[in-house]
Amino acid sequence: MNTESNIANSEVTDPGYKPAAMSATQPFVWSVRRELWENRSIYFAPLIAGSVIIFGSLITAYRLPRLRMNALALEPTRMRAAIEAPYDIAAMMIMFTAFIVAVFYCLDALHGERRDRSILFWKSLPVSDFTAVLSKAFIPLVILPLFTFAVIIATQFMMLLISTVALLPSGLAGSTWNLLPWFQLSVILLYGIVTMALWHAPVFAWLLLVSGWARRATFLWALLPWLAVAAIEKIAFNTAYFAQMLGRRVGGSFEEAFVVTTYPKGSHYPLVDRLTQLDPLKFLSSPGLWIGLVVAAGFFVAAVRLRRSRGPL
Amino acid sequence: MACIEARGLRKAYGTTVALDGINLRVEEGRILGLIGPNGAGKSTALNAILGITPFEGQLRVLGRDPWAERDLLMRDVCFIADVAVLPRWMRVSQALDYVAGVHPRFDRAKAEGFLSRTEIKRTSKVRQLSKGMVAQLHLALVMAIDARLLVLDEPTLGLDILYRKQFYDTLLNDYFDRSRTIVVTTHQVEEIQNVLTDLMFINHGRIMLECSMEEFEARYVEVMVNPDRFAAAQMLGPIYERQLFGRSILLFDNVDRQQLAALGDVRTPSIADLFVAVMGPSPEVRGQRFATAKQSFGESKAGGAASAQGSGEPRKS
Repeated sequence: MNTESNIANSEVTDPGYKPAAMSATQPFVWSVRRELWENRSIYFAPLIAGSVIIFGSLITAYRLPRLRMNALALEPTRMRAAIEAPYDIAAMMIMFTAFIVAVFYCLDALHGERRDRSILFWKSLPVSDFTAVLSKAFIPLVILPLFTFAVIIATQFMMLLISTVALLPSGLAGSTWNLLPWFQLSVILLYGIVTMALWHAPVFAWLLLVSGWARRATFLWALLPWLAVAAIEKIAFNTAYFAQMLGRRVGGSFEEAFVVTTYPKGSHYPLVDRLTQLDPLKFLSSPGLWIGLVVAAGFFVAAVRLRRSRGPL
Repeated sequence: MACIEARGLRKAYGTTVALDGINLRVEEGRILGLIGPNGAGKSTALNAILGITPFEGQLRVLGRDPWAERDLLMRDVCFIADVAVLPRWMRVSQALDYVAGVHPRFDRAKAEGFLSRTEIKRTSKVRQLSKGMVAQLHLALVMAIDARLLVLDEPTLGLDILYRKQFYDTLLNDYFDRSRTIVVTTHQVEEIQNVLTDLMFINHGRIMLECSMEEFEARYVEVMVNPDRFAAAQMLGPIYERQLFGRSILLFDNVDRQQLAALGDVRTPSIADLFVAVMGPSPEVRGQRFATAKQSFGESKAGGAASAQGSGEPRKS
């Protein structure tokens, strides 16, 4: 014990001991990593959603030859829509899962560490509150969208393989590869995910703010003020502009970012499968985007200030 | 340069005053024990020092404003808030990775060395460790950081005797050298009596007593008075009296030791005894006497002189 302690002491006072050089981004990178350690649902949930979809495609594969025969008999637009539909639905299901994960992640991000008092540990380390909150905002805005994209591509590829194998006996396998614009759909998906993340930025920033502010019931605090305003508007003026604005904020990025004109007959969902339908100029010139980003920045700054001043619950 | 320097440090939560304008100076290389009852303002003072809570007044820690520069300050300051703040989901290896990732002064090999003396497995999660092991882990992380100030807020709360003893032994043997400063709050004052170099009592947001341990030993004397000398002892103005095995034990502040030795068995009191004498709402110390004792401590602190006026009058009961 004594010799050990002497060694330890000599290390402490050793003038040759230099602190490890550390780049400015290192605390941020490790903070993001720490978020992924703690919140494994960030990658498990999209993976599980993808697996469920692949499993579903496997057990419904026996119906594929008949469905494909029917689809090939349709007029071209509806045929495209019919062939692409399962892939679009898979993408939407995984994106929806990721959105739910992001919502609950944000609501817990600044609340959980106060609840379990671990904020006192995090604050004992040389990581600024700005870096800490930025790393938490980084998850729903960057990490989760990119991961979701990768999972969707992998899932769709598996579906493609399953469909090829299922259609081989009937000799229709080639039709998928001929008619499914795989590359275009992937680019559209990436663009759609990035624009959606930007469009949702104020939503996530608001959720982070509430999680840093509320003592309990973060979900209710996040939702009720907005519903209350919408309800008051409805009662007072019998209008629903505010509710419509909320709806556009949650689900409207698609219309802001794409040219949506082609509605296949008998469908409520627009068909988006051409790169010409990408409209970044319209998206970037949309006031909704920029107002949203400014509001998000405001919420973010408020969340950083709350992280700084709020102690454990 | 003082490690911690506060002037008029004040903090109020609504109408509750947690810190009532305290002045504080802690030099480098000291081990200061901050002792006080629950709600006395200890943790508030520490939180202000650590940049966790905003405050009024002036406060410099290692030359920095803690509230404005917490992240920079934390390169040179470590703290253990209490045993339960390590995130429960974290694995031991992740804790090492993370601290190594964000802290420029963390020596991972050293932390591994400390851990190898324990039974803590690298793959365990914090939630799987016993309370004592969590404290060991936290201490290993903190001791591997080459910091100038270590702040411990009830670091051994809820630990069993073995872990508590080991905690302070490790701290003294393997961590403390004359260039570091340690500030510790605890209710288990007996354990740290021989660890401290300085002592501070705090209550109602004010410093009630402030002295080095040398001063403490020179100033305070406890006498187990022989029954026949009791009246004579009373004349010397004890600040506190208690009964043990049917004999009176009197506590004196700044009374000549030779003189006291004639009255009975003389010894240095424990911090706990002095604490009770200064702060305690005890049946032995009531009303006017308690107030004057408190006042005398307040004055001796403020003036730096060891005056004991007011406690010179004989006990009335």
